[in-house]
Amino acid sequence: MMKIKFELNNKEYVFNEDPSKRLLDILRNNFSLTGIKEGCGEGECGACAVLINGELINSCLVPLANVHNKKIMTIEGLSETKRGKLIKDSFSKAGAVQCGFCTPGMMMATEALLNKTAHPTVDEIKIGLSGNLCRCTGYNMIIEAVLLASKEGEGLW
Amino acid sequence: MVKHIIPNSLSEALDYMSKDEYKIVSGGTDLMVQKRAWAETPPKFDQNTIYIFNLMDLKYIKKENNKIIIGANYPVEKIKDFKSTPILLKKAIEIMASPALRNLATIAGNIGNASPAGDTLPILYVHDALVKIVSKNNSRIVPINEVILSVRKTCINKDEMIKEIIIPILEFTKTSFVKVGGRKADAISKTSFTGAVNVKDGIVKDIRIAFGAVNVTVVRKKEIENKYKGLSVLELQSRINEILNDYEPFIKPITDQRSNKDYRKQVSLNLLKEFINNL
Repeated sequence: MMKIKFELNNKEYVFNEDPSKRLLDILRNNFSLTGIKEGCGEGECGACAVLINGELINSCLVPLANVHNKKIMTIEGLSETKRGKLIKDSFSKAGAVQCGFCTPGMMMATEALLNKTAHPTVDEIKIGLSGNLCRCTGYNMIIEAVLLASKEGEGLW
Repeated sequence: MVKHIIPNSLSEALDYMSKDEYKIVSGGTDLMVQKRAWAETPPKFDQNTIYIFNLMDLKYIKKENNKIIIGANYPVEKIKDFKSTPILLKKAIEIMASPALRNLATIAGNIGNASPAGDTLPILYVHDALVKIVSKNNSRIVPINEVILSVRKTCINKDEMIKEIIIPILEFTKTSFVKVGGRKADAISKTSFTGAVNVKDGIVKDIRIAFGAVNVTVVRKKEIENKYKGLSVLELQSRINEILNDYEPFIKPITDQRSNKDYRKQVSLNLLKEFINNL
């Protein structure tokens, strides 16, 4: 057990935990943030993606020790922001959500991408979302959703 | 009971490591998967573990005297975006896993893990990269091909850790990095080919070739390269069968869940042939 401190969705937490536990499990079980999903558990599907200090990271690969003194944002936090709401609207307008399992990770990847490149090309979107698997949509609608968010969110990123 | 340590500095980490044996976790992209247990249970770290990913004294990249110096926990995504990073290294990083993984993955991890399929390793071999390894009281600089001894075996002692990777900036007129995987993103190599030449006035001044995932370590053979230096491009191309024969005995891949040895060998030699023929 170790004392771990982090900021989660703009709120500070200090607690004692096993530092080897996966951030994914801590967020889902200790904080009931069930938006992030465990897909593959080995960093290949992106369903558990969160932002750590603004960077897209698969939380299944992160031991709790590595987020000590860091800022974490999950889909629940992102959804409260203007940009998160716009990404959500864009995904729904473009029909980019079917079963929804990959959607939180896709939205986090979209936020990370638009943060770096406010007006990405289709190729840049494909690279930005390359770590997120979707088994329903065939990706085209998701790419459209990102283009739409980039267009309608002019000035937000 | 195993110990878990989050050190505040490199010297504190090395101090712990001088007293006890620790497994070093940086970004965790390999270890968190290797030690993975059932869903919702912690990974099975069965030995003392020290977490170094947040040590700021290992998080740097700089250009110095025609060399790139990369701190051990500087993530590859940032190395890719650094202006002076050699083009071959950028190419290898671009097709490594995915952005969310590249924000965690480190070159030091690729070295420490010593997998023959490590994506950045052939690039380090081709550049004759050096690895600075430190312990509480010592520091040594070792060439990459002497750091990695075999599959998952390195020369790094229990009280030591990688501090930085030193990559000389070299002049090449043409480079090629091809990774053959099951898909574009998030794939582990079936085989990889790295080639670099420096051609001046039609003469091959320098040629460097490396293969990944086809032997226990990266294959680079300086004696073969030296044989062909000083030839014209046309002479080199006319001796393609001899070159393929020279490399053939060293391409000794295995059959596993990703591919089989015959495919790996044929593709590796085809990539070499294509590189030479297109110079």
